[in-house]
Amino acid sequence: MTNESIQEPVLRVTGLRKHYGAVQAVKGIDFEVYPNEIVGLLGLNGAGKTTTISMILGVLEPTAGSIRIGGIDLAQNRTRALTCTNFAAVYAPLPGNLTVYENLRVFALLYGARIFHERVETLLAEFDIARFRDVKCGVLSSGEQTRVGLAKAMLNEPRVLLLDEPTASIDPASAKDIRRSICRFVRQSQVGVLWTSHNMYEVEEVCDRVLLLSKGEIVLQGDPRSLPAEYGKRTLEELFISVAREPLDLGAMGGELNA
Amino acid sequence: MKPARIAAILLRQFYLYRGSVARFVPLFAWVTIDMVLWGFMTRFLGAVTQSHYRFVPTLLGAVLFWDFMTRVMQGVTTSFFEDVWTRNFLNVFASPITVPEYVTGLLLSSISTSIIGLFVMVLIATLAFGLSFVVFGAMLVPFILVLFLFGMALGIAAVALVLRLGPAAEWFVWPIPALLSPFAAVYYPVATLPVWMRWISHLLPPSYVFEGMRAVVAGQGFDTGMLGVSVAMAIAYVLLAYWLFARVFHHAVQTGLLARYSAESVS
Repeated sequence: MTNESIQEPVLRVTGLRKHYGAVQAVKGIDFEVYPNEIVGLLGLNGAGKTTTISMILGVLEPTAGSIRIGGIDLAQNRTRALTCTNFAAVYAPLPGNLTVYENLRVFALLYGARIFHERVETLLAEFDIARFRDVKCGVLSSGEQTRVGLAKAMLNEPRVLLLDEPTASIDPASAKDIRRSICRFVRQSQVGVLWTSHNMYEVEEVCDRVLLLSKGEIVLQGDPRSLPAEYGKRTLEELFISVAREPLDLGAMGGELNA
Repeated sequence: MKPARIAAILLRQFYLYRGSVARFVPLFAWVTIDMVLWGFMTRFLGAVTQSHYRFVPTLLGAVLFWDFMTRVMQGVTTSFFEDVWTRNFLNVFASPITVPEYVTGLLLSSISTSIIGLFVMVLIATLAFGLSFVVFGAMLVPFILVLFLFGMALGIAAVALVLRLGPAAEWFVWPIPALLSPFAAVYYPVATLPVWMRWISHLLPPSYVFEGMRAVVAGQGFDTGMLGVSVAMAIAYVLLAYWLFARVFHHAVQTGLLARYSAESVS
């Protein structure tokens, strides 16, 4: 990536491990995310994606390794590191008993978002949710709730944005709009995005780079558009399925391709 | 500590109370019922015993003080439960908020809600049943202070319990004041209790308040030094409860319980 030669990563993960007793959920992974870069974190359910994201969010303590956000060590200075982070996840909807505006106001205070009113108007317009301003989040459709979650995730103009399946359970048209909004935000800012998804077409469309996680290890990484061909596969989905079924045969796959 | 992050917890509570009759009415409904019930009870006792014993300040005053302490505790726990009920832990604790800021937010929420309850109780007790706080004199300040601090300590310890054991542990929290009241000697002197209960009573700061309150109303002297001890004990309990919460929170972050709180346990 050209990014690597000219810029410091906004997120640097080094030797990250998480063990639950004898179970090794994440086995010492290393990766970086650069400004203006969208990195896809792919893997089967249980591969360690959400565990990795939870550790970057500071809600799960790693067994070993370090996480630096914008150059700040998360373990040493959690508050400062999290001030320049934000996230949206399908399993973490905003409280349904507050309106869209109330939720954004509360989270703007939590994240120390500046010029709140201006920022919130921009985000309400950006995600097409201005008409829901005074509607309780609990009565919104899942697509609308996702948009509110994304607006919250961008309140503080984070340097690192973590998106855990942001378009899961959303119709294709809304998902496309959401992807477009996120990509526009990334282009306009210096944010680096770590994006998990099971939709390989989405990943190919938005991600500059992907990391394939299997059983807690990164087994492959590269450009999602050229990676399948490098391993003799037609699509990213085919490659994903191969990795999921036989992660240890990757060397052989690459060997066959090279021969 | 950043005031804006503490204000976020307070603002959330304000929005919830503003938009919900079901949340606002209980702030004064139960204490109103207690004041009316015990107000008439004290009148009746005064009439049937024909004694000079001052039932209104001793009994009704005790109920008022105990209800205030309970409100303080529930102010802390209810504010925390809002995050449990809406499964909001991940959103809150993935933000830059710190544990001291979060706990301070819960305490300030509790102060604002318990003051409403106290105001209603004082209004009913004084206007309807003639309870005068003048009888307590300057002792009123340490009495209220001890009960306030101990209510905060109970609230923080209770949320630590729920954070550790999961949402179902909410059941343990509600009866805590009722469980402690026999030992706190709210309605009778500590000397009434059997020896083993007296030992527990001595460990509870409110028992010194109620002993002192009865002595003041009866015009008897009492050891104000013991009231000082109870203030110190109440402060120690607040610190202990905070330490407990911080430990439980750290355990939840270490084990992954915080990220998967609805599972109640990660084992």
